[in-house]
Amino acid sequence: MDLLTQRMLDRFQHGVPVCARPYQAMAEELGCSEADILERLARLQETGALSRIGPVMEHSKAGSSSLVALAVPLADIEQVAAYINSLPEVNHNYEREHDYNLWFVLTGPSRSHLDAVLLDIHQHTGLEPLDLPMVKPHRIDLGFPMFQDSEVPQ
Amino acid sequence: MSDCISPSDLKLAQRLMSFTEAGMPLVDDPWAWLAGRMELPVEETLALLQRLQDSGAIRRIAAVPNHYRLGYTFNGMTVWDVDDEHIDRLGQEVGNFHFVSHCYRRPRREGWRYNLFAMVHGLSAEEIERERDLVRRHLGEHCRADTMLVSSKILKKTGLRIHSKPKE
Repeated sequence: MDLLTQRMLDRFQHGVPVCARPYQAMAEELGCSEADILERLARLQETGALSRIGPVMEHSKAGSSSLVALAVPLADIEQVAAYINSLPEVNHNYEREHDYNLWFVLTGPSRSHLDAVLLDIHQHTGLEPLDLPMVKPHRIDLGFPMFQDSEVPQ
Repeated sequence: MSDCISPSDLKLAQRLMSFTEAGMPLVDDPWAWLAGRMELPVEETLALLQRLQDSGAIRRIAAVPNHYRLGYTFNGMTVWDVDDEHIDRLGQEVGNFHFVSHCYRRPRREGWRYNLFAMVHGLSAEEIERERDLVRRHLGEHCRADTMLVSSKILKKTGLRIHSKPKE
């Protein structure tokens, strides 16, 4: 990955310009051409290094969301994970090393919608979901510096 | 920053999400593309984006990297049992560590004592252990217990898949 690609990602993971021809505006900021930017973004998209370009929503404002965990008996984990993945309200699902071993984010248009999904999960799996909606954000995902020295400052 | 968005903007936000959740196309003017999909004039689309950002419904409009593909293959969900009376300040400070991407206060539950969640990222297992240690030292006596949940498998990651189809 060339230096321009690194600078572009570190700079624009926090925000892209909202104006006509934003890639032109990005190019001006980095001192390159619009084609340079579009080419690199396309390459990053092809290799999967760029998830997407667009608005990152705060679901608690435009709907409702919660972090949910299940303590699944190991023998059932694949079956339960497949069921959880099949729910349209689930967008992240991770197996983690803990008694609570399945962690996923539920999002929906309202809290009552999520309550209904949690009830379905309980009835379908026989497990009690650990429902941990956000109380307060201290840092939302704004990205982090990726290409600087990753040593922690003292 | 207002605390909520108007019902009409909420409806528009849900439409906007459905058009952008898979990412916008790499075209010269993606906002004009979005305006076309929204069936709104470009100016109104830009004004809507601004309102949603001002109200906090949009966190950021960005090029979102895939950290795994970029070498950040190590992450840990660190969870902390922090004194309620200090959590506002300490949560903010933990969120400011540069290796923390998310830091949220969440409720305690029966059988779940941890009220502060911080996602840490690194290039090696040792690096995230060092990061965790820095957070632990920072919280000091105000933290009674902590653990880290390392993901052994990504089972689903679809980016933004949220709402059922917007109601017409």
